[in-house]
Amino acid sequence: MSAKISVIVNGEKYDVPGVEPRLLLSDFLRDTLGLTGTHVGCEHGVCGACTVLVNGDSVRSCLMFAIQVDGSEITTVEGLGTPEELNVLQAQFREHHGLQCGFCTPGMLMTGEDLLRKYPLATDEDIREGLSGNLCRCTGYQNIVAAIRSAATKRSEKAS
Amino acid sequence: MKPAKFDYVAPTTVDAAVEALVAANGEGKVLAGGQSLLPLLNFRMTRPGVLVDLNGIQGLSFIEPRGDRIAIGALTRHREIEQSPLIASKLPVMAAAMRHVAHLAIRNRGTIGGSLSHADPAAELPMLSLFYGAELSVQGPAGRRIVAAEDFFVDALTNCLEPEEIVVEIEFPMLAYDGWAFEEVARRFGDFALASIAVSVRRGSSTIDNVRIAVMGVADTPLRLKAVEGKFSGVSIDDRTPDRFSELVMSSVSANSDLHASSEYRQHLLGKLAARAMRTALTAKE
Repeated sequence: MSAKISVIVNGEKYDVPGVEPRLLLSDFLRDTLGLTGTHVGCEHGVCGACTVLVNGDSVRSCLMFAIQVDGSEITTVEGLGTPEELNVLQAQFREHHGLQCGFCTPGMLMTGEDLLRKYPLATDEDIREGLSGNLCRCTGYQNIVAAIRSAATKRSEKAS
Repeated sequence: MKPAKFDYVAPTTVDAAVEALVAANGEGKVLAGGQSLLPLLNFRMTRPGVLVDLNGIQGLSFIEPRGDRIAIGALTRHREIEQSPLIASKLPVMAAAMRHVAHLAIRNRGTIGGSLSHADPAAELPMLSLFYGAELSVQGPAGRRIVAAEDFFVDALTNCLEPEEIVVEIEFPMLAYDGWAFEEVARRFGDFALASIAVSVRRGSSTIDNVRIAVMGVADTPLRLKAVEGKFSGVSIDDRTPDRFSELVMSSVSANSDLHASSEYRQHLLGKLAARAMRTALTAKE
């Protein structure tokens, strides 16, 4: 049993035949499409490393099947900025040293993008609550919170 | 690929979904938001022969007033309930609890029908369905039937449904109250609760007319504490009321021990949360 699915990933259309129903979205992105920016940690929805945007909403790609995103639009970390031109949030992660080993970073960035869009993030407590589903073993979170705080400030400056 | 092989069907009507479950002959499993089912599949703790994906069914995602109740479709995502102005104004205890329901990425996918069906004893929505005295509308081969929330949760991760039945929608009565509170402690914000309590109070100037209480994290299912409700209706209000309430709540449950917390700690925690909740509920907010 397999199906053909059509998805738009980072603006590019993919038609992929032979997708087994049990193929996780995370494995589809990494192994089928070769987009290895999405990291796979716990594979049961605890660590948040595999977070991507599906139709604009952050989801854990290890908790969805590829077959379920047929017809959807997906953004992975590869779709944010480029090495030459980082997007606002990525630039703030660099500025504030919001990563060390980098393993959790794709998930942190994709969650951060969704948080910045959906919540006012008035206090650092709001940011910490929002990030509570993403684990980092290096930074102690301080610098990640600072990076998102700074990105939120830059976004509101831009909006006003 | 972590899960074991399964056949996948994506029906577009509830009737077809029930038919698919009947055809699966006990080997079928319903997929809603997948936020509890996928971990179980990834660990191969469950190996259904057929996965019946409800996400293609239109008309199961809604939040609407219905007389003195709010009806919520089974496929409504946590995030929609969290953000709903109707829920905020008509079911404020639920609105307060929603930010404790897992994490943003989970709330974007998880559904109320899925959460209730999964019946985790430390999940907010099952407890809230008891608190409000909700009624679940479920559909099976014999048609629809109504199940009261208090009959729905049988044991940890176990509901009363037949394998071919699907939760379709849930009705929550709008409670009359003068004050309310929702309190929860989890190891990490958004994680399953170590202990939690929801309280609403109707009161006169110096007495409590009646009180409604639900707790979770301290038994194999969430609990509505009707005995405590009975003992606390008609009592007069003074400075000691929150502490007396706390003692009654603590003595009415015997918490479980697990690797996250001992029985004693959970009970102590629930007592503290009960006092805090009663204090808040008596400080009426309009």
